[in-house]
Amino acid sequence: MRLLEGPEVGAGAESYADHVRRLGGVPDLGPGLIGTLQRSGLAGRGGAAFPTAVKWQAVAERSRGQAVVVVNGAEGEPRSQKDRLLMSARPHLVLDGAFIAARVLRARRVIVYIGERHQSARAAMLRAVAERPDPERGLVTFSAAPARYVAGAEAAAIHFLNEGVATPTTVPPYPFERGVGGAPTLVQNVETLAHVASLARPGGAASTLLLTLAGGVATAGVLEVEAGVTIGEAMRRAGGVTESPRAVLVGGYFGSWVEPERAWLLAIDHESLRRHGLGLGCGVIGLLPASRCPVCETAGIMRYLASESSAQCGPCFFGLRALADACTRISEGSSDGHDLQRLQRWAAEVAGRGSCRHPDGAVMFLASSLDVFAREFAHHTAHNLRRSA
Amino acid sequence: MSTELKLVVDRIKCDGRGLCAELLPELIRLDDWGYPILAPGPIPEHLRALAQRAVEDCPVLAIALRRAERKQ
Repeated sequence: MRLLEGPEVGAGAESYADHVRRLGGVPDLGPGLIGTLQRSGLAGRGGAAFPTAVKWQAVAERSRGQAVVVVNGAEGEPRSQKDRLLMSARPHLVLDGAFIAARVLRARRVIVYIGERHQSARAAMLRAVAERPDPERGLVTFSAAPARYVAGAEAAAIHFLNEGVATPTTVPPYPFERGVGGAPTLVQNVETLAHVASLARPGGAASTLLLTLAGGVATAGVLEVEAGVTIGEAMRRAGGVTESPRAVLVGGYFGSWVEPERAWLLAIDHESLRRHGLGLGCGVIGLLPASRCPVCETAGIMRYLASESSAQCGPCFFGLRALADACTRISEGSSDGHDLQRLQRWAAEVAGRGSCRHPDGAVMFLASSLDVFAREFAHHTAHNLRRSA
Repeated sequence: MSTELKLVVDRIKCDGRGLCAELLPELIRLDDWGYPILAPGPIPEHLRALAQRAVEDCPVLAIALRRAERKQ
C-alpha cells in the first residue's frame, strides 16, 4: 500500500470518515505486531534509519502502562517537506500508527510534536484528532517544536517536552529508559508511524519511501517511490532534470554529494545505500545545477549547520564554526592557502566528539564535498594564492 | 581476566580547561579550541593511576572511567 494513495494529495486532509471507508478502522492487534515490524525491516524515516521493532521492544519491556508516545513531526531539515505533506494530507494514517503504538506499548499519553512553522500540518492534525472517538482523542496533547535543526532529534525533543529547551542531552539515559516525565518513551517519525498503520492492516507492507526532491528537477517536492527504485528513475518520474546537475545530494544536509552518473544508478533503500557508504537520511535528494558554485554551496550549508549547533559541546560549537569560516574564506577568495588542510584535519577531529550526532553529520557532508568537489576546491585555493601573491 | 578501562568525556559538561591533557598527554591531546581528543583503545596498565587522577582533578567532573567492551 502507498501512503499517499486515495484522494488527491492537494485536496487537503482526508477526513476520518473517508479514511475509515477506504482502509477500515485501526485493526485489532495481537502482541505479534512487534514481530511484524521486525519481519518488515521497517527503519525509522526521520533520518537515523534505526530499526523500529528494536525501539518498540525496548519501550514495551519497560512500559508498565506508563509509556509515552511522541509523534515526531518536527521536520527540522530545511529542504524536507515530506513529513508536513503527510500530516496535511493523511493525518489519520499517522494517528492510526500513533494509537497502534499506544496500544502495543500500553502507553498512557500521545504527544504530537510538530514544527512550529508547519502550520497547515498542525491544523490538519488538530482537526484529525478532534474527529477521533474517545478514548483515543483523550490520550493526545500537542506541542510545537522550535524551528531548529536539532529539535527533532530524540533527546532534544524529550528535553523540550520536559524542560522547554530543545537541545540534546547526554545519553544514556536513552528515551526508552527515561523520556517524557521520566517515563519510557517512544519518539517516532510521522512517516514511520504511517507505515506502521499500513503494516498492521491485512496484507499491508511498508514497501515505499517518501522523498523530497529539490533543486533542478521539473517537479520538485514530495514523491513516493517503491523501495529499490533508482534515483535516476525517481527523477524521471518527477519530470526529469531541468538543468544538467554537477552533483546530487543524497540524504539532505547530513547526507553526501554524489557524482550524477553514479547517483542515477543508486537504488533508493536504506540497505543498498548503506552498502555504498551513503544514507537516505530524511529522504531529501537535492540536485546542484552545474551553473552553481559547489564551493559556495558547501560554505552556505556549513554556515547553516554551524549556526544550528546547540552550542553545548566545544568541538561542535567551535569546530563547525571554524569549518564554515574556512569554507567561506576559500569560496570568497580570502584564504591563506592552508584552509584546505585545516578543513581535512578539523573534519577528522570533530567527528564523534559531540553529545549528539550533529557534528558527525556536518563533517560527513563536508567530507563528501571535499571529495566530489576536489577540483573546484583546488581551483579556488589556487586562485586565492594567485590573488595574494 | 583483567578488566579493560577507557576514558569517556561528557561533551556537554566539558569546558575545555585542559587539565586532563596536562596530566595525561600520552592519551589526551587538545584540539585547536582546547577540547580533549582521546586516544582510541583501552588505557594501558601503567597509565591507570594517572587516568584516575585526570578523572578526579577535572574541575567540571566531565571525565569518567568506563569498562571497555572487549574486542573479540
